[in-house]
Amino acid sequence: MAKFRKKKGDKSQTINTSSLPDIVFMLLFFFMVATKMRDKEVMVKTVTPVASEVERVEKKSWVNYILVGPPQNAERDGTAPRIQLDDKYGSVEEVDEFIILKRNEQPEAIRDYLTTAIKGDKTVRMGLMTDIKQELRNANALKLLYSSTEGKVQKD
Amino acid sequence: MARHKRNIPEINAGSMADIAFLLLVFFLVTTQMDTDKGLRVRLPPKLDENQPPPDTKQHDRDVLRVLVNANDQLLVEDKLMRIEELTEFTKRHLTNEGRLPNFAESSEKAIVSLQNDRGTTYGRYVQVYNELKRAYNEVREEYSRAKFNKSYEALSVTDKNAVDDKYPIKISEAEPVDYGEGNN
Repeated sequence: MAKFRKKKGDKSQTINTSSLPDIVFMLLFFFMVATKMRDKEVMVKTVTPVASEVERVEKKSWVNYILVGPPQNAERDGTAPRIQLDDKYGSVEEVDEFIILKRNEQPEAIRDYLTTAIKGDKTVRMGLMTDIKQELRNANALKLLYSSTEGKVQKD
Repeated sequence: MARHKRNIPEINAGSMADIAFLLLVFFLVTTQMDTDKGLRVRLPPKLDENQPPPDTKQHDRDVLRVLVNANDQLLVEDKLMRIEELTEFTKRHLTNEGRLPNFAESSEKAIVSLQNDRGTTYGRYVQVYNELKRAYNEVREEYSRAKFNKSYEALSVTDKNAVDDKYPIKISEAEPVDYGEGNN
């Protein structure tokens, strides 16, 4: 039993922290790679529908986003669903212009791979969505993604 | 020239962790994880107004007509249906291979026509679209297991194309009707 007896008057051991910067740097690099800058303010509420058969986009820089939903600030902007293009509200007619503008920013070689992701709120009516889809057809942006949350679909 | 040895002073690395933490916190705050997932859809190209629309007369039996109305109710082949049954029904349509007269003649010819009302909610539309896509994915999976004894995901590109040709995804999103968008 004497074996386990603690020596009296022993100073508390210091923990070696020299590898702490390495660990933190590792975390840092993970976040730098796995995340992207928050570049625009989201002005509409978008609770995307849940779907199980989702696919990933190949490359994030090849995706243009169109946000559709009721405004966050209901007092200022009302409650009717609005379309957000980049960081401002847009009308349906501006969608094709926006897509063409975005396409021209990209190098010629990848223009065929560009996808449009519609981040739409569940409650938006399809009338508005169809108008947007028609605009996309006008702009010849045929690759479309209905942004959804992956998960098990609730049945009614 | 006489080289005189100098003692290289040790750099105190004690604050390295603090600096790294600072950077880490900065990135945590200013960036966001993006979950870019969704249902992939290909829109039909815009029709040329000067040219007559192409003659794509389909046999009625090859087309599975799915309608979603403004109250988010589902009508499949003129019958009211619950969403739970849709995937099974679509799979029967796709794998019919000419057996039953009211389903598709062959899987290559089978088409699903999805029509919605302008008042249908987007959430419901995606839900229905998801069920249809699931039917296709399950049918493809079963076929590749039967033919190649492998999961669809594990197939080579040529085999995958063979499966895709057998069960091509043809979900036509027809122009919506407008009966009751009403006051949304």
